[in-house]
Amino acid sequence: MNMKNYVRFEFQSLPENVSFARSCVGAFATQLNCTLEEIEEIKLVVSEAVSNSIIHGYENKTTEKVLVMATILDDSTMEIMIEDYGQGIADIEQAMEPSFSSDPNRTGLGFTLMKSFMDELEVISEPGQGTSIKLKRYFAAKNKEALA
Amino acid sequence: MDLEFKQIRNTLLVRIQGEMDMVVAEKLRHEIDRKLETKKISNLIINLEKVSFIDSSGLGVIIGRYKKITGLSGRMFIVGARPSVHKILMFSGINKLVSMYNNEQDIINI
Repeated sequence: MNMKNYVRFEFQSLPENVSFARSCVGAFATQLNCTLEEIEEIKLVVSEAVSNSIIHGYENKTTEKVLVMATILDDSTMEIMIEDYGQGIADIEQAMEPSFSSDPNRTGLGFTLMKSFMDELEVISEPGQGTSIKLKRYFAAKNKEALA
Repeated sequence: MDLEFKQIRNTLLVRIQGEMDMVVAEKLRHEIDRKLETKKISNLIINLEKVSFIDSSGLGVIIGRYKKITGLSGRMFIVGARPSVHKILMFSGINKLVSMYNNEQDIINI
């Protein structure tokens, strides 16, 4: 895979680390040809994916691990992978439906936000095997090239 | 996250400062619900002027408090959401249920 740069980090499944993860990927994204608004969107999707891992993957168990890898493929393309080793998702299609949540206190908007603010979303999961979420975003410069 | 509560007659004003993610969601839910259950409150104003980030955990608290206050036959208002936060609120559709204002003064004037 061609890439310009990447960061990869693993952290404990503590809620406090959600902010660390999104800030870290957001700071890394400043190397791309993108706007501040787009960086905010990147931070949001990282927050959603990492929160999902902690809340659903690990059912709020705080001693587990979450892995994040962000890759700059070229000046306008970023790929983000968020991986946990938790309980996995039995029905991915259902989990991705807007407003579906296994927890009545939650909005169920996590996957919908990820889908809306990223260009590609892939969920790889099996019960008991953890979940891996791959997100890809093409920023404006790339889109302009595609349209030309 | 910092929280400031102010009660004006039967209206509870909550000023939130910081990032509304899963860390603060639980605390926020608990603190607001405690006030709603122990005080005589029919209106809830949530001031987001100093909120720099919100994700679906933060949205969940707002939507949940909306359900709670309307369940008590009350009303909820959202004040001062900056553009990045406003965008996420619009995404959730809460703007169709709750009146949104630029600042606290605008609500007092209605």
